[in-house]
Amino acid sequence: MRRTVFPHKLLPWLLLAPQLAITLIFFYWPAAQAFRQSVLREDPFGLSSTFVGLANFRKVLNDPSYLNALQVTVIFSVLVAFFAMAIALFLAVQVEKIIRGKGFYRTLMIWPYAVAPAIAGMLWLFMFNPSFGTLAWPLRQLGINWNPLLDGDQAMMLVVAAATWKQISYNFLFFVAGLQAIPKSLLEAAAIDGATKRRAFWTIVFPLLTPTTFFLLVVNTVYALFDTFGIIHAVTGGGPGKATETLVYKVYNDGFVNLIMGDSAAQSVILMVIVIALTAFQFRFIEKRVHYG
Amino acid sequence: MKTVNLMVAGLVAMPMAAQAQTEISWWHAMTGANSEVVEKIAADFNASQSDYVVKPVFKGTYPETLNAGIAAFRAGQAPDIIQVFDVGTGVMMGAQGAIKPVAEVLTEAGFAFDKSQYLPGIVGYYSSPEGEMLSFPYNSSSPILYYNKDIFEKAGLDVDNPPKTWAEVWAAARQIKSSGAATCGYTSTWLTWIHTENFAAWNNVSWASNENGLAGTPELAVDGPLFVKHFQEIADLAKEGVFVYGGRTSEAKQNFTSGECGILTESSGGLGDIVKAGINYGIGQLPYDETAEGAPQNTTPGGASLWVMGGKSDEVYKGVGTFFNYLSQTDVQEFLHQESGYLPVTMAAYEATKASGFYETNPAREVPITQMMGKEPTENSKGVRAPNLPQIRDILNEEFEKMLAGQQTAQEALTAATTRGNAAIKEATGG
Amino acid sequence: MVDGTQSPLVAKGAARTMAHFWMILGVIIVAFPVYYVFIASTHSVQTILRPPLPLLPGSEMWDNYSGAFSGEINRIGGVSLWRLLGNTTLIAVGIAVGKIVISMASAYAIVFFKFPFRMACFWLIFITLMLPVEVRIQPTYKVMVDLGLIDTYAGLILPLIASATATLLFRQFFMTIPDELLEAARVDGAGPWRFFKDILWPLSLTNVAAIFVIQFIYGWTQYLWPLLVTNSNEMNTIVIALRKMISFADADTPWNLVMVTSVLAILPPILVVVLMQRWFVKGLVETEK
Repeated sequence: MRRTVFPHKLLPWLLLAPQLAITLIFFYWPAAQAFRQSVLREDPFGLSSTFVGLANFRKVLNDPSYLNALQVTVIFSVLVAFFAMAIALFLAVQVEKIIRGKGFYRTLMIWPYAVAPAIAGMLWLFMFNPSFGTLAWPLRQLGINWNPLLDGDQAMMLVVAAATWKQISYNFLFFVAGLQAIPKSLLEAAAIDGATKRRAFWTIVFPLLTPTTFFLLVVNTVYALFDTFGIIHAVTGGGPGKATETLVYKVYNDGFVNLIMGDSAAQSVILMVIVIALTAFQFRFIEKRVHYG
Repeated sequence: MKTVNLMVAGLVAMPMAAQAQTEISWWHAMTGANSEVVEKIAADFNASQSDYVVKPVFKGTYPETLNAGIAAFRAGQAPDIIQVFDVGTGVMMGAQGAIKPVAEVLTEAGFAFDKSQYLPGIVGYYSSPEGEMLSFPYNSSSPILYYNKDIFEKAGLDVDNPPKTWAEVWAAARQIKSSGAATCGYTSTWLTWIHTENFAAWNNVSWASNENGLAGTPELAVDGPLFVKHFQEIADLAKEGVFVYGGRTSEAKQNFTSGECGILTESSGGLGDIVKAGINYGIGQLPYDETAEGAPQNTTPGGASLWVMGGKSDEVYKGVGTFFNYLSQTDVQEFLHQESGYLPVTMAAYEATKASGFYETNPAREVPITQMMGKEPTENSKGVRAPNLPQIRDILNEEFEKMLAGQQTAQEALTAATTRGNAAIKEATGG
Repeated sequence: MVDGTQSPLVAKGAARTMAHFWMILGVIIVAFPVYYVFIASTHSVQTILRPPLPLLPGSEMWDNYSGAFSGEINRIGGVSLWRLLGNTTLIAVGIAVGKIVISMASAYAIVFFKFPFRMACFWLIFITLMLPVEVRIQPTYKVMVDLGLIDTYAGLILPLIASATATLLFRQFFMTIPDELLEAARVDGAGPWRFFKDILWPLSLTNVAAIFVIQFIYGWTQYLWPLLVTNSNEMNTIVIALRKMISFADADTPWNLVMVTSVLAILPPILVVVLMQRWFVKGLVETEK
């Protein structure tokens, strides 16, 4: 909280008004509608509807395919967050060892950030399609039975790779900034103590990066949960079987393709609760960093 | 200033006709070359008369288009005409208050509606159990067999006689693989549509109870012995690497156009890509199972039809009727058929195309029609319908994928699909 | 992150060569898909359909690109490529500018004023941070119809402004402004507008640039929402046009044009990121700290 503020009473409300209006109209009102729909059973056209209480929620939570989607979501998110961060950190450390050409590398590293998920998905599918993908061919030559259309694990690898690819740019920029903020004197002291580079990294650099790492962990988790819809939609469509069907994809598929309105709305509500919990978690963390960081 | 005045004067002097035009919105899911056909038909219709303007609008994939239509209906902004894919037919039929039957639209607009002018196999599919035509068939297709003549030649197979039965397909596919003519013998698009729905019709076995759902709520019968035998054969071929799986919809077409696979079963509407890929291809009828009694029976249509939404003004309905009447004219149907590869909707268009000698240069275009018209449809071969067919197809695909990956046998896959599918149907009908 | 700043990690000799090796490998992997689509856009449909695709540019580049601009796309989608690019730019800029305006205003109110329910307002906005539009799409559509925003640029832009990312970023930044600055300004008799115009705005420029880039890309890459709220071809964006060209069922797909359109759909946001990278990176990293 600031010590000094402007004394106006009406002005802050005027400043807040546009944002509040848009939030209420385009977020809270639709969210309330989703809540309403989640306790109804309706035909797709809304011609008839009956109140069913929490039956939709019970059905969703007891549905093995929902639990499967939950499991897929957790595995997918953990893998994407891990690889996107690990690769970005590795490359950030490498680029910091370099003096000339840093700008050039960075410029190329940030490209994927600008590619639409729907297009990214299409590209990866095109490269790794088992029959005509340019990169699937060498895999086959290596004796790998590459068939993500039937092999659920390979399909998962493919969507994880595509989703990771899109997120490396963002993580890379943050790790580079984090590395540059590390005081040079600390590393010099370590060198004098005779610590190897590797040990110095794990005992000094990595702990100092914790705030950045933790922040990125939250951002990457949210990214993997929600922003990867376009990629999964384009690359696997949730298949084979239900091997790559995440929670968000299931909301889309049940509501948008299979037209099961009540179930889909109930899933939306569950997702909103997850989002609010995650937001609260992130908020506490960010507040801390503002005060102490 | 002068020119502006002149223009105003010109506008005033013009008759009022231009103002009175009624706009008719048409939401569709046609992409690529077929999207051009839609634009052209609308433009030609608009130029042919001055009372109505048809405005086509692309709304995404078939599911996206249907969903946009539903969202718009719920918000009171439904389009006048919406294109709905075959599997969405059950959903539309269930929405009695939301749609207006096409037969009604045509008669009310003052056009004599004679069902016998239309291809029976197609119209039957889009009619109510009582026989009233509910939607206007726009693009219909039927599965056929494509084969790569170069690969056949290399494998020592008869280039002019494609396999006619599934047993012959399996043998040819194995020969292609073992002779090294290609790495894959056979692939297929749309396993559900071709290997269950059309397989049932073509071999005259039941897909589901109640005339495959056309006469009432269906109960799936895809775990029948003929299906189990057929899918176990596919699973075995997949294990040997002779059959290659391409995906749930039309992706496998690329396994064929890339020269990887020698034989393909795919919609007749897929011809365009195969022609464009520039391979030396041939065409045959959809194979049947020689152990099935009375096979081959007839195939059923896939594709999409145009639905008219309810609650519009009489003026709009009159316009829609006029447009559908225009669409069913012989020359328009001929254009649609020859340009897009879809089937003609009327007998007259089929006969006119035949008389023009089109089929002599394009024999492939007649195969899907003769397949569909071969015999009077039985209760197994009028098509399939379920209130939630997209979901049923999803379930079948999931089980097939597990089967092809070697995780279960055909019997296990089909039993599981039947159980899960029936549970989903029960859920959807409020049981 | 300016070139030439000595990093504490700088290596010498073999270690530095290894670092270059890893960076080159990393850059190849990261940039390859974009290169790949460009290569595909220079080949004929036949070459694309009969893979594997060569890894060098083909000879059809001029034909493909001039064809796409001179009406081939128009023929399929009923609207010209220029119009598609124009629409997408307008929407992306509209979303970026709109978001910056409303979120700067609300962050300013929350940080520099004291009023009842201040934190409640902040939470009200903040909770909307991460909920994707896909999850609430159906009811949001109804709101659009009721407000008569279907087929308008406002309809394409307004709902996508509703997320809270930018508000949060500005709030974080404003909180780092020392109290002394505000006190000094008030001693000089500066009101809220003058303080904002003379002191806060110049200090915020890097952040504004960063948020502009982030939101421009967010707007440019939208798919499901523009598809739902536009009924006329004239309102299409380039990402929608791209999907329209790819056949899902039966029609033949003009793959060469698809590739050209992909390149044109990818290029503008890449240019924005690359050209504005100095401010973008600085603002992004500073505001998130």
